[in-house]
Amino acid sequence: MARVAERTTDAVPQISLRGLRKTFGTVTAVDGVDLDVEDGEFFAMLGPSGSGKTTVLRMIAGFETPTSGSVILDGADATGLPPYRRDVNTVFQDYALFPHMTVAKNIEYGLLVDKAPKAERVRRVGEALEMVRLGGFGDRQPTQLSGGQRQRVALARALVKRPKVLLLDEPLGALDLKLREQMQLELKAIQRDVGITFVFVTHDQDEALTLCDRLAVFNNGRIEQLGAAQEVYEFPASAFVADFVGSSNFIGAHAAREVLGMSGSFAVRPEKVAIVPRGDTVVAGVPRVDGVVRDVVYAGAVTRIVVDGPAGLTFSSTVLNTAGELDVSIRRGAEVTLWWPAAALRRISD
Amino acid sequence: MKLPASLRVTLTACMVLGLVVLYVPLILIVLNSFNSSRTFGFPPPGLTLDWWQKAASSSGALSALGTSVVAGLCAMVIALVLGTMAAFAVQRFEFFGRSTISFLVVLPITLPGIVTGIALNATFVQVLGPFGVALGLATVIIGHATFCIVIVYNNVQARLRRMGTSLEEASADLGANGWQTFWRVTFPGVRGALVAGAVLAFALSFDEIVVTTFTAGPAIQTLPLWIFSNLFRPNQAPVVNVVAAVLAVVAVVPVWLAQRFSGDSTTSRV
Repeated sequence: MARVAERTTDAVPQISLRGLRKTFGTVTAVDGVDLDVEDGEFFAMLGPSGSGKTTVLRMIAGFETPTSGSVILDGADATGLPPYRRDVNTVFQDYALFPHMTVAKNIEYGLLVDKAPKAERVRRVGEALEMVRLGGFGDRQPTQLSGGQRQRVALARALVKRPKVLLLDEPLGALDLKLREQMQLELKAIQRDVGITFVFVTHDQDEALTLCDRLAVFNNGRIEQLGAAQEVYEFPASAFVADFVGSSNFIGAHAAREVLGMSGSFAVRPEKVAIVPRGDTVVAGVPRVDGVVRDVVYAGAVTRIVVDGPAGLTFSSTVLNTAGELDVSIRRGAEVTLWWPAAALRRISD
Repeated sequence: MKLPASLRVTLTACMVLGLVVLYVPLILIVLNSFNSSRTFGFPPPGLTLDWWQKAASSSGALSALGTSVVAGLCAMVIALVLGTMAAFAVQRFEFFGRSTISFLVVLPITLPGIVTGIALNATFVQVLGPFGVALGLATVIIGHATFCIVIVYNNVQARLRRMGTSLEEASADLGANGWQTFWRVTFPGVRGALVAGAVLAFALSFDEIVVTTFTAGPAIQTLPLWIFSNLFRPNQAPVVNVVAAVLAVVAVVPVWLAQRFSGDSTTSRV
């Protein structure tokens, strides 16, 4: 269920994709994508591997030619243009730093092939190094850098050309968790500073929600849902999105009729499901189900409680560990009642 | 890894034995080049520099050496150009029959030299002969190039495959056109493989004898051909020893170079 986002401004979108398709032999990697990315947006393309998101990015960069459809950059058709004629730069997943050049030469490369004057090149390389906090690293070889430092060199190399759009292909995928969280904040700050459009591809929904203003959820070569991060998380349009972006408790059509007396399929987020011992008072007039605790998983900040409900349903409830300890009566085998605000129940298409 | 003592001793013994088998005969050749006995009696009754003097003034050996160097260099250049182009075609472009081409390029190295020799001889003499082609240095060079191409091709395409395409994509992404990308990124990446391939191709051509026998005209004598035809002449045998000794020592250089260049550029890959 692809949708074209509503235009928010009258300005020409930085990137417009129209009816984009790409097949490799008999495999359809991208199957009809329409998308507008506005100027200055931090945009995420989120999806599992093989969902077509990277192929879309590569078509925007010019590394792949669409089988059909068009890529319009800043109002001009760029579908057939080679990568070096596009005002777009890329941060590669493996960074793709030139191994035979120093850090400074790597960053200078794009200015050098553009025949920028020497003095300007030196100045802009210096600025770019400062921006990614690698001042003094210019003479190092890429092999002498850590993963996070290489990542920043790749970022500086792409940004030094002051492109209108920066593409990032799983930019933080190779970093460990702590460094990744730190780099997420840095990326966000850099994007605010330079003010250009960032489009990044990721399979990590946390990362997508943390970084982006808007995101497109990809599945099977199509955009499953497109919208602001909060909108996609709070109002997942399909079971796939409800499950891939965050996690969800699903109530199928049959169970919904039986347990809730409602028609249609529904999803409810685990953190919106409250859990109380059976018999405790529950706010009147909210959906509720009874169940038996199957598992209690302590995960530091939160505790996840898995409950076997009626009609073969399994619920998971996430409780923030604010009080330090969970109600002792909630343990394996305990009889409990789950409830959630009526507004937390999302109707989804299958 | 820690090995049990008994195994360690056995493995060391095997290694020593292997090295002995490989290198004692070579040392013998070098020794014999100083052997004062014309029949290479062992142990040598005395040492002499006579044979080295004779070799240095042997016009046959020197001109054969010149022929071999020219043939080796020419075959190397042909192999560099064609082998590199073939490697790029196979590694960087999609086209019909790509894997077949790859197979056909590599095949000559596995063909017995004698088959290549007969085939080329038949082609040069029977098919091209009537058009004025005669066996000579050029035919030797073409014969050598058939298998030298394989060496360059294999080296370059292995390097291209390991490099992947992301460096070239990064270069294009940063605004470099095809030529700029080739000279600034791709070529520096495969330079080591080119040097290693060239050195090995030259070495292969330099000691080739079978294909040479079938493709050389009567006036052409490469160093291996010269050695082969002089080995059993009692007069020349001591000089042959000197030539062989020189070749053994000189052969170390290309192997060392090739190892250095292919090893060097693997470690600098990010």
